[in-house]
Amino acid sequence: MPQQPTGEVPPSDGALPDASAAAWGERPFGIYVHVPFCATRCGYCDFNTYTAPELAGAPGVDRTTFAGHLAAELTVARRVLGDRDVPVRTVFVGGGTPTLLPPASLASVLRRIDDAFGLAPGAEVTLEANPDSVDPAGLAALRESGFTRISFGMQSAVPHVLAVLERTHTPGAAARSVEWARAAGFDRISLDLIYGTPGESLADWAMTVEAALGAGVGHVSAYALIVEEGTRLAAAVRRGSIAAPDDDLMADMYEHADERFGGAGLPWYELSNWARPGEECRHNLGYWHGDDWWGVGPGAHSHVAGTRWWNVKHPAAYVARVQAGESPAVGREVLGGEDRALEEVLLRVRLAEGLPLALVPESGRAQVDAVIDEGLARRRADRLVLTRTGRLLADAVVRRLVP
Amino acid sequence: MPPAPGSTDQSIIRNFCIIAHIDHGKSTLADRMLQMTGVVDDRTMRAQYLDRMDIERERGITIKSQAVRLPYRGSDGVDYVLNLIDTPGHVDFTYEVSRSLAACEGAILLVDAAQGIEAQTLANLYLALENDLQIIPVLNKIDLPAAQPERYAAELAHIIGCDAEDVLKVSAKTGDGVRELLDEVVRLVPAPAGDPAAPARALIFDSVYDTYRGVVTYVRVVDGHLNARERIQMMSTGAHHELLEVGVISPEPSPAAGIGAGEVGYLITGVKDVRQSRVGDTVTAESRRTAASTPLGGYRDPKPMVFSGLYPIDGSDYPVLRDALDKLKLNDAALVYEPETSAALGFGFRCGFLGLLHLEIVRERLEREFDLDLISTAPNVVYQVTMDDGRELEVTNPSEYPVGKVAEVREPVVRATILSPTEFVGAIMELCQARRGALLGMDYLSDTRVELRYTLPLAEIVFDFFDALKSRTRGYASLDYEPTGEQAADLVKVDILLHGEPVDAFSAIVHKDKAYAYGVAMAGKLKELIPRQQFEVPIQAAIGSRVIARESVRAMRKDVLAKCYGGDITRKRKLLEKQKEGKRRMKVVGRVEIPQEAFIAALNTEGDATAGTGKGK
Repeated sequence: MPQQPTGEVPPSDGALPDASAAAWGERPFGIYVHVPFCATRCGYCDFNTYTAPELAGAPGVDRTTFAGHLAAELTVARRVLGDRDVPVRTVFVGGGTPTLLPPASLASVLRRIDDAFGLAPGAEVTLEANPDSVDPAGLAALRESGFTRISFGMQSAVPHVLAVLERTHTPGAAARSVEWARAAGFDRISLDLIYGTPGESLADWAMTVEAALGAGVGHVSAYALIVEEGTRLAAAVRRGSIAAPDDDLMADMYEHADERFGGAGLPWYELSNWARPGEECRHNLGYWHGDDWWGVGPGAHSHVAGTRWWNVKHPAAYVARVQAGESPAVGREVLGGEDRALEEVLLRVRLAEGLPLALVPESGRAQVDAVIDEGLARRRADRLVLTRTGRLLADAVVRRLVP
Repeated sequence: MPPAPGSTDQSIIRNFCIIAHIDHGKSTLADRMLQMTGVVDDRTMRAQYLDRMDIERERGITIKSQAVRLPYRGSDGVDYVLNLIDTPGHVDFTYEVSRSLAACEGAILLVDAAQGIEAQTLANLYLALENDLQIIPVLNKIDLPAAQPERYAAELAHIIGCDAEDVLKVSAKTGDGVRELLDEVVRLVPAPAGDPAAPARALIFDSVYDTYRGVVTYVRVVDGHLNARERIQMMSTGAHHELLEVGVISPEPSPAAGIGAGEVGYLITGVKDVRQSRVGDTVTAESRRTAASTPLGGYRDPKPMVFSGLYPIDGSDYPVLRDALDKLKLNDAALVYEPETSAALGFGFRCGFLGLLHLEIVRERLEREFDLDLISTAPNVVYQVTMDDGRELEVTNPSEYPVGKVAEVREPVVRATILSPTEFVGAIMELCQARRGALLGMDYLSDTRVELRYTLPLAEIVFDFFDALKSRTRGYASLDYEPTGEQAADLVKVDILLHGEPVDAFSAIVHKDKAYAYGVAMAGKLKELIPRQQFEVPIQAAIGSRVIARESVRAMRKDVLAKCYGGDITRKRKLLEKQKEGKRRMKVVGRVEIPQEAFIAALNTEGDATAGTGKGK
């Protein structure tokens, strides 16, 4: 999240347009929690996250009290959304490195969500974790406090790749963390991987894929490395000291991963996500289905029934607002018909369940057959499902379907 | 009282010009003369008074000449009238220079004492000698520490055949030696010797469009007299006009009752287009009784030598471009254009220019004064094609080159003069050889400088010759050329095909021996410029149906942002919208989408074709 988008300025109390407020609850509702702390900043990362020295002197921002500020925003959320009974179906605590907060703090956030909105029976509650910021006791405490799913940032199993990414964990740490998590009672475990890191060969990547499969998890996310503006990696690429990732090699890597994960019983369900059937991340599916969610924390984005907004990025500014009882939102957009149409296509075409053809606007209908003829997609009942080749060209397909 | 226009005795008139290379100080010297003769006081002195247009000022060149009447009391105590006729300073305007010279009896040859003579100056000097002008050699900038007056005085003496001590030394900047120079002009330049009693004949040496006055025509009266309110005729076009105003410039226009033999002044007839008042034409009286029977010699229609397609980058600017060309034409008799449609570039104009600088000036004026963004196709020359059946075609656009039975193709050739330090002779010869040049002769101007004369196809000069020359001589060589006719040559048209479709804007007519190199270079360039498409795009260079070079842009395999979560959606939607907008602005050739920038980059020959012709560069 390099820069927040430009949008209109939302009211300081965070009030939603009437139409959106009224429609809240018609779709599944989830909560995202952003924890903006990291032990170190990785060279490729442009997320809204801060190391301890970066936050030194920022008033009110420290790891031990941060859960309280998140709780304050949940109070704002409840006030804005009203008192209708809409239980929370999914929670996703991401970052940053959420596990830099003490397990008790994370537990208190969960409790506060439950108090404010109520967790639905069987709710999916995910925690992102770094392999080198967990231990067996902490994991057990987290499981105990209600987390049902854990996702480890493994990235790679190859030392020189981890070094370029400036990740601090060792290649074996991820597999060990998975073992600990399983022992702590987590039966839904995911690994995040990155491919296309400068210097990473197809063989390196294959080794990482096998290591992830070897850990026996039921869910894998794999992302092509994006050289984001403003990162150290981008600077290095511009200087020429690190070669830019090669698109063709990344395409090969994607195809290899899709082949292996699918073959191991984890078929793709979203462009960059593979899961054992039934272990798909329901929270993330909510994003792709255009469901509603409230994003709590600095820089977090929210969406409720066609209104999207985003919070102030810096933790100190965030804390000041929520402590004053104000909404931390600094920008928002009320999506028009065309925006929503484009978003629906761009999001849902990413899913293995396919894009309902009815969502393709009139102007793009003629492209449906062309896209199928070119081998980029298949028709399945009344849906358009991307082929492997088509997934790699998904943005081009979207531009054709919504011209 | 200084002598009044219209009643000035020829014996006290001196008409002269200054021949100089750009940045050798011509404008500064003219400024000093204006000040020293009192026609401009120091307060109103504007640096480089004579160069009016911004572009000229920036590039340090004079595109349009003007003439100033300077009253001067000589050291002999006699009141003289000096007419300083400013000359255009570039190769493209040789004809205009020749007419300015024809209006004079003498020329100051002004050379930078730190640099020595340059090729253009030498070429103009030869022109002046052909016109029998009295040459006064002058070294300028003698105040500079790097000045080598002795060395360059010897060189000038060698070139014009005088004594080194006859070469005057001045500093236009400080004014040092300028008065002595004016005295030498009075002493050496012959007074005009026309017949004041004969029917009027005046030579047009410049013609400028002014928004308020219409066309202002600058003339040198050779015989007789031109009076205000008189009716006149242009002898080559036969056009008749009334003289609404006659006058002299000193330094602002000042109307007079008339101007007589030997004098230099301006005429206003109310016409709105410089084509009706052409440089080189002879003005005489309208009435048959008082009209001259034979014109002054040397009139020539301006002839475009270099052609290029100009297209607005934004297609909706086409009407703006059309109106802008219509306006520029009023002040530029040499500019020709006609509408042209390119499959790749849309609607535009095929424009003809005197040369590369002329092209560059017109393009810059269009962009600057009319706020247009333009793509210009690679400049080309005019080809005369004889078909097997005897038909003759004139080809000004490579895409119109005939397919089929061509018996002969002729291309324009020029006589090029290159001046250079002697150490680069080998490199220059190699370059000229590679550009199909034929050596005409070589002279050592001094032991360190040499003059080479070549016949070269104009097409070779148009294609980055100047850049190549500069880079091989570390910037020391200078070049001048003038058209000398045409020659038959073994030429072919090379087409560039994308995905099997020819792209008209990239077609070129080249010598058979160069076709392969052109094809390989263009295909290679396009391979880098054309973005990957969903399918492989073959790029071919072909002569007719024969493919001579081949490249391909591999199919794009990855066009997706892998990550797309809650915080990414707005950004991603906006990115897609931006991409769609970019796609709308792309040119489509067959199925291949080409961004404008790729066209511009592909059409841009290495470096700037006119680099080095201006001070600003």
